[in-house]
Amino acid sequence: MADEKDEHTSPQNPDNRIELERVAADKKHEAQIAANPPEGPDGEPLHKPGSTRVVRDRKGARIVVEVPSTGHSWDGIEEYDNPLPRWWLWTFYATVVWAVIYMLLYPAIPLVTRATQGLLGTNNRAEVAADIQRFAEANAPVQAKLVDTPLDQIAADPELANYTANAGGAIFRTWCAQCHGSGAGGATGYPSLLDNDWLWGGTLEDVYTTVQHGIRDPKDGDTRYSEMPRFGTDALLDRTQISQVVNHVLELAGKPHDPALAVEGVQVFADNCASCHGEDATGDRAQGAPNLTDAVWLYGSDPATITRIVHDGPFGVMPAWSGRLSEADIRAVATYVHGLGGGE
Amino acid sequence: MSQSDIEPPQLYAAREPIFPRRVHGWFRNLKWIIMAVTLGIYYVTPWIRWDRGPNLPDQAVLVDLANRRFFFFWIEIWPHEFYFVAGLLVMAGLGLFLFTSALGRVWCGYTCPQTVWTDLFILTERWVDGDRNARIRLWNAPWSAQKIRLRLTKWAIWLVIAVMTGGAWIFYFTDAPTLLRNLFTGQAHPVAYITMAVMTATTFVFGGFAREQICIYACPWPRIQAAMMDEDTLTVAYRDWRGEPRGKIAKGEATRSDGGTKGDCIDCMACVNVCPMGIDIRDGQQMECITCALCIDACDDVMAKIGKPRGLIDYMALKDETAERAGEKPKPVIRHILRPRTLLYFTLWSGIGIALVVALFMRSPFDLNVTPVRNPLYVTMSDGALRNTYVLRLRNKQGAAHDFRISVTGPDGAAPEGAVLQLEGIESTVLSVPADTTHSQRVYLTAAPGSTLAEGGQAELTLWVEDTSDGVKSHIETVFHGKGEQ
Repeated sequence: MADEKDEHTSPQNPDNRIELERVAADKKHEAQIAANPPEGPDGEPLHKPGSTRVVRDRKGARIVVEVPSTGHSWDGIEEYDNPLPRWWLWTFYATVVWAVIYMLLYPAIPLVTRATQGLLGTNNRAEVAADIQRFAEANAPVQAKLVDTPLDQIAADPELANYTANAGGAIFRTWCAQCHGSGAGGATGYPSLLDNDWLWGGTLEDVYTTVQHGIRDPKDGDTRYSEMPRFGTDALLDRTQISQVVNHVLELAGKPHDPALAVEGVQVFADNCASCHGEDATGDRAQGAPNLTDAVWLYGSDPATITRIVHDGPFGVMPAWSGRLSEADIRAVATYVHGLGGGE
Repeated sequence: MSQSDIEPPQLYAAREPIFPRRVHGWFRNLKWIIMAVTLGIYYVTPWIRWDRGPNLPDQAVLVDLANRRFFFFWIEIWPHEFYFVAGLLVMAGLGLFLFTSALGRVWCGYTCPQTVWTDLFILTERWVDGDRNARIRLWNAPWSAQKIRLRLTKWAIWLVIAVMTGGAWIFYFTDAPTLLRNLFTGQAHPVAYITMAVMTATTFVFGGFAREQICIYACPWPRIQAAMMDEDTLTVAYRDWRGEPRGKIAKGEATRSDGGTKGDCIDCMACVNVCPMGIDIRDGQQMECITCALCIDACDDVMAKIGKPRGLIDYMALKDETAERAGEKPKPVIRHILRPRTLLYFTLWSGIGIALVVALFMRSPFDLNVTPVRNPLYVTMSDGALRNTYVLRLRNKQGAAHDFRISVTGPDGAAPEGAVLQLEGIESTVLSVPADTTHSQRVYLTAAPGSTLAEGGQAELTLWVEDTSDGVKSHIETVFHGKGEQ
C-alpha cells in the first residue's frame, strides 16, 4: 500500500498523513472492528438491501446470487457492481449503427477544404434558397393583388392592410431607416414622416410618387425637383438683407427676433421668397417649399441655421426607388409610411 | 481490498422474465377500479362535445396547436395565459410531494400510465396464455403451432390496445370525429400518423416487453422518491419480527402471532409470485418496489387460509416498524398522514389551486396590452402640438365581433386637458375587433401646444377600453412623454 514512489501513497507526502494514520489505526483495531459490525438505530446489524440479486433458472425458480461490491464505500453506503441490462447494450449498439448511417447520408466529417457531402446531397444553402423561393411564391398572390388594387382601396382590404403593415415595415427598415430613422422620426435635414407637415404632399398618392421618383434624383427624369437659390453664396442678397429676411421669418414663426430688422425684411421676403414660399409664407407643395409659419423645421429654427440656409441654399436629395424596388414593394412601403400617423 | 481482488463481474444481464400470478383482494379491486376510471377518462374525453357557439370547436377538451388555444369545457386558455398551465404543473409537482411524503409511491403503484397499461397487458396475457404456471410452461416450451398461435393472438391484442392508445392521444389535438374519418380514409396529416405510430410502438414495447425495466432503469422517479419519504411515510413492508423464522408449520402449531417461537411466514412465495416487479418484499424496502400492494392481498389470502391474522405484509411506516418490534402500539394511519410536512405541502398545493381558480374567474373577456412607441418619444405637429404614439393590442376572446371605445384619463381620473385621442385609420374612437382575434392598433394622443402634457416631462396616464355592447371596462397604465423630459 505505502509505495515510496507513488505520491498518493508515499509517507513522505504530508498530504497523505491523515489517510495513512486512518489505515494504520484500522489495521491496529482490525479484530475489534470485525467483532462489532455497524448497527442500525434499533441495535440490529445494518441490513444491506441490494447486496443480493435474484435470477431465475429455466423453470422460473428464484436463485439469489451475491452482487459483488466495487469496493467503493462512503459513510457505510457501498457501491454494488450490478450488471447493466442487456437491452441497454443493444440500445447502445443501435445508436452506433444510427451514427454510421447518419454519417453516410449527411455531411459529417470535416476534411481540408470541405466536409464529406453525404449520400443524400444535403445542402443548407440550397435549403435556404428553396425556403426563400417558397416564401416568395407564397407572397406572389398578395403582391399581385397589391399591384392591381387602386392605392386608395388598399387600406380597406384586411389582407392587403396586414401585408403592407408588415412587409412595408420590413422594407422601410431595410431601405429608408438609414436617413429617416427606424421609427420614421427623421433627423436634421431628413424629414420626419410621422407629423402632418409634408414638403411634397402627404396623401398616399403623393407619398407613392415620392418613393417612386425620389427628390432631386439626377438619374430620374420624373423626380420631384426644385432649387432654393444660394442668396449669400451667389451674392443675390447682401448680409444686411439676409439678416432682415431672417428676422422676418423668425417673426412669422413666432420666435424671438429684432422687430426693426423684421420690418425691413418684409420687402426682401416679398421680392425674393414669396414666389415659392407664398406671400403668407405657408409654402407651396408643388415646389417642395416648406411652410415657414408652423412648428416643424427641417434644418432647425434658430437664427444661425436659418441664416445658413438662406446664405447657402439647401439641396436635399432622396433617391428614386422605382428601379430598385418592385412595384409591390413601393406600394407596400408607401402605404406603411402613410399609416404612421401623418398621412393625409 | 483493491480492485484486483474482485473476480471480474458479469457486465450485462438479460432481463429475467416475470410471470405475476393472479391475485384477489381489496387492493386488487381498488386497482381495477382505478384502471377503469383512468383508462375511461383517457379514451372517452376527446369524444365529449361542448357547444361553444359558432366559429369555435365543439370538443370539450382540445389542445388546438394550429390556433394556439387550449379548450377545457367552459375554459379557454390563450398562449399568453400559459401561467395557468405552469400553475397546474407546479400543483402536479407539489401533489406528488404531498402523496409521496404521506403514502409513498402511490403514484407508481396505482395511477402511473406505465403501471396501468402494464396491468392491462398482463390481464390480456392471462386471458390468452393462462395464469402464472401456464405462462411459465409456455415460456419454456419449444416453439410449436400452439405456441405460435398463442403468441400471435396475444401480440395482436396488445397491438390493438397500443393503436387505440396512440389513436386516443392524437384526438386531443384536433376534432376527434373528423380526425377518425380522415385516419381511415388516409387524409389525416402525416404528423397524426407519425405521432400515432410512435405512441403505438412505445405502448406495445413498454407494456408488453419492457414493463418493470422502465421503472427500474428509465424512470427517474424511483430515485427521487427516496428523498421524499421519511419515517412517517406509509409504504408496503413485511413484518419480519412476526414472520421470521419462516418455514413450514404443522396444522394448529403456535407461531409468533399466537405466542409460539416460529414465524407466521410459511414461505409459500405467494407475495413473490404476484409481484409485477419480480422482487421479494421480505428482503426489505427496495428501489424496485412500486408499492402496488398486490403482495398484501396475496399474503392476507394465505393468512386467512392458515387461520392467522392478516397484515404480515402491510402498509406501514418506519416509525411503526420500530414501535411494533418493541411491542408498542403503532400510530394510527391518520396521524401518519396529517403531520406538519404533509399539511405544509397541502397548504401550498391548495393555495396555488385557489389562486388559479380566482385568476380564472377574474379574467376579462378581452385583454389589453399597450406599448408606447419610443422611437421617437414624441412628434411635433405643424401647429406645435406634441403627439405620442402607442401600439394597442386588443384581444377579443369572445365568439362575436365587439366594438370597443378607447379613452384616456390622467392620474386625477379626468381626461387630460388639451389632449386629443385618435386611432389610425378610424374617424371615431371606437374600434371593432372581430371574434376570437388579436387586433393591433396605432393610437395617437396629441397634446395641444402649451398644455401641461406637452410642456411637462413624463406623465402617468391610464388607457381605458370599454366594450360598447355590455359596458365591461378594462384599463392599462402607460405614460406620455412631453418636451420637458429632454
